[in-house]
Amino acid sequence: MADLSINFAGISSPNPFWVASGPPANSAYQAHRAFEAGWGGVVWKTIGEPIVNVASRYSALNVGQAQIVGFNNIELITDRSPETNFREIAEVKKRWPNHAVIASLMVDTREQWHEYVKRSADSGADGIELNYGCPHGMCERGMGSAVGQQPKVLEEITGWVMEVATIPVIVKLTPNITDVTAPARAARRAGADAISLINTINSITNVNLDTLVPEPYVAGQSTHGGYCGPAVKPIAMNMVQSCAADPDVGLPISGIGGIGTWRDAAEFIALGSTSLQVCTAIMHRGFRIVEDMIEGLNDYLDSKGFETIYDLSGKSVASVQNWNTLDLHYQRVARIDYEKCIGCNLCYIACEDGAHQCIDLISPDERHGIGPGRLPGKPVPQVREEDCVGCNLCSLVCPVEDCINMTPISNGKEPLTWKQYEERLAKGEMASIPPHP
Amino acid sequence: MAVGIKLNPAQAEENMTGYKPPFSKQEAIIEANRCLFCFDAPCIMACPTGIDIPSFIKKIASGSPVASARTILRANPLGASCAQVCPTNVLCEGACVVLTREGDPVKIGRLQRYATDHVYSNHIDVLEAPAEKSGKKVAIIGSGPAGLGCAAELAQLGHEAVIFEKEELPGGLNTYGIAYYKMTPAISLGEIEMIKGLGVEIRCGVQVGIDISTSQLKEDFDAVFLGIGLGKSHQLNVPGEDLPEVIDALDFIAQIHSDPLHEVPVGDNVAVIGCGNTAIDALTQSKRLGANITTIIYRRGETDMPAYDFEFDLAKTDGGEFLFHTLLKEVVANDEGRVSSLVLQKSQPGPNGRPEAIAGSEFSFPCDMVLKAVGSKKQVEMLSSLFPDMEMNANGTVKLDPATGQTSVEKVFCGGDCANGGREVVNAVAEGIKGARGIHSYLSGASAESPVQPSRLGVDGAPSGSGFINPIRVTEQ
Repeated sequence: MADLSINFAGISSPNPFWVASGPPANSAYQAHRAFEAGWGGVVWKTIGEPIVNVASRYSALNVGQAQIVGFNNIELITDRSPETNFREIAEVKKRWPNHAVIASLMVDTREQWHEYVKRSADSGADGIELNYGCPHGMCERGMGSAVGQQPKVLEEITGWVMEVATIPVIVKLTPNITDVTAPARAARRAGADAISLINTINSITNVNLDTLVPEPYVAGQSTHGGYCGPAVKPIAMNMVQSCAADPDVGLPISGIGGIGTWRDAAEFIALGSTSLQVCTAIMHRGFRIVEDMIEGLNDYLDSKGFETIYDLSGKSVASVQNWNTLDLHYQRVARIDYEKCIGCNLCYIACEDGAHQCIDLISPDERHGIGPGRLPGKPVPQVREEDCVGCNLCSLVCPVEDCINMTPISNGKEPLTWKQYEERLAKGEMASIPPHP
Repeated sequence: MAVGIKLNPAQAEENMTGYKPPFSKQEAIIEANRCLFCFDAPCIMACPTGIDIPSFIKKIASGSPVASARTILRANPLGASCAQVCPTNVLCEGACVVLTREGDPVKIGRLQRYATDHVYSNHIDVLEAPAEKSGKKVAIIGSGPAGLGCAAELAQLGHEAVIFEKEELPGGLNTYGIAYYKMTPAISLGEIEMIKGLGVEIRCGVQVGIDISTSQLKEDFDAVFLGIGLGKSHQLNVPGEDLPEVIDALDFIAQIHSDPLHEVPVGDNVAVIGCGNTAIDALTQSKRLGANITTIIYRRGETDMPAYDFEFDLAKTDGGEFLFHTLLKEVVANDEGRVSSLVLQKSQPGPNGRPEAIAGSEFSFPCDMVLKAVGSKKQVEMLSSLFPDMEMNANGTVKLDPATGQTSVEKVFCGGDCANGGREVVNAVAEGIKGARGIHSYLSGASAESPVQPSRLGVDGAPSGSGFINPIRVTEQ
């Protein structure tokens, strides 16, 4: 049994799975249910000065039969009073002393920040998360992503918080920015203990083609909402890795963005996270999804011989490098397993129309041992390996598991990066590689 | 024990529905999303009319059932009937790659029904005839699937088509001969209305050869298409065959389509002679109309029967019983001259494979109704009286150019069961369309190009036609 417990910037938690700040973390009732289900921590729905919400608030991107591939919301921070929230945090901490409860905060002035930071510590919260990321509603009032998008402002406000903070402080970053490491470095300079990312992305998920008003619909209008869910995971992982790889950031990372399974979690950990926050997947299926996340991550760590989260954390960070350090001479080609091929020929048309035209359709008579499901006279795809650029497209569109395998082939050439290539070219040590015909 | 009415109207109606229920919108979209959108989809190759199946399914998935129906009906104007009556297991669904991947094919037939139901129930016309007409007139003999397919295609090519039908209602076997629980006559008649909307004229109650001569037709029209199907069931040639309760299975099925369901009399103990798909239809429908015991009597074994496996399963599910390797020797009447029993005899395959009676194995079998389903006769006499010079194949079918449907007689084209010896509705439609293209070419000199799979247009490489050119068939899984 692997040890899933974490100590994240001084916040201890029985496992790395935290309920992210959002609708599922709105009340003590929900926090109790989350902990009963097995969650390690709850980042409370952002507390601040009272706001008023609208109806409706959420919308989703569905793809085929996959519902909520992406999700957006125009809900603001909590609409409950600070008194209620801090009282409930105290109640929850009393009942769950070994679980993590983090107060997410978003206020305006230095005085307000001081007040809310102190009230958080007084409530017994284990840490504070600064919401600098919310891309709707609050930013128009100079809060949320309006802070996160300006490293200087972020640094200044975080400085205010650190003046009075007695518990660990996590700065939550917005992805609505060109280079996420700039605000991350600012958080570090201001003395924050950790960062969490990503918050939601500016979005319009869909337009209702009858009313021609996008969703979520509010009395004939809509607004830019914050986008999250499985579809944002690649963006989030890109940003997590960027922060993890930056020595000027150097802070523990709580990964957020499209996590719904233990596999997502393991990937975020491998890219440098040590805590994980989940919201949309809970909104879709409830708190009990954590059971599979815990068991799956545990079994995975065991299978790899990792004893703790920290043995896995960051293992993939270094393998992501600048493009110009990649080996230009590395080659792999698509190979089709004809025993598995079902004859859809999607690989053929993907390569033909969408890539590099190196799959032929040949007569089945030219092949022995044609695959199952093959019909009389049905053309068979065959890769022209000498022309295959190894792009992966055919293997990505193939609907059968392990049917098209991208197989490394040796060409006898020494590795050569773009950087080396340019250098050797300049020195006249090698001829230029001929352009693709 | 007697032939009579067994069920009240509600029971009869309930028993005769629910074979392949329609999809709801959500069910259809879920199912449509299972389609992989193959490049050169084998389902198209397995469809004799070459419907671009992935394309129509994609349109269902994207919420465009009208566009979907347009794709279907342009390739096959009887797409609504075919959706319900095609043996999809051995056609499109049997070829579906998802069957190979998951053991369960995309439900192409039911998706096709969803799209075509949508346009018919909302009265949306998706086909149109060109405003500019060729001025050419074509007479079509028979309004079954072949004639209708031919007429719809001719109308869309700008020609005038007039169908001559001897029955009261058009549609042929599609209206009168499909198992009721698979498709009601209303579907067939609705489709015919759509085809009439293209400008096709149908003259019912007109028997060519009696009411109008073929020479008159050839004079009045620029071309003639012959789609007269098959004739009556073969004779049993046993004593007692002329008893009143010995009925041609197709007549029994036609009665189900003509009379109210609860007014179709059936026996308590029905014997069906033969084991093809019509025999199964006769068995299941008599059972559903209240027969107590229904038994198929077949002279060969289970592996020899011409019925599809899924039809066999259907009969067994309905409680049908089977006597294989059994010969009918005599139909026995009671004192009132009514069928009361059969004399049967066990058989075994002889040296040439033909079933031979086993001496001394006769036995009596209780029965009050006999349905004959031992195959339909070819229309040799009818054809030779209509067109004395027409060249025939040795098996009694019309000899024709398979690419155009042209016969040996000037101006005359042919397709459907009278040319192929008896196949599916979809084959007849395809042959009707081929005939129409042949006629178009004959009348205008323009070649009627056969479709290739739309996905393959402009692509080099091994050719892959649609099933319209050379349909493949898959063995049942």
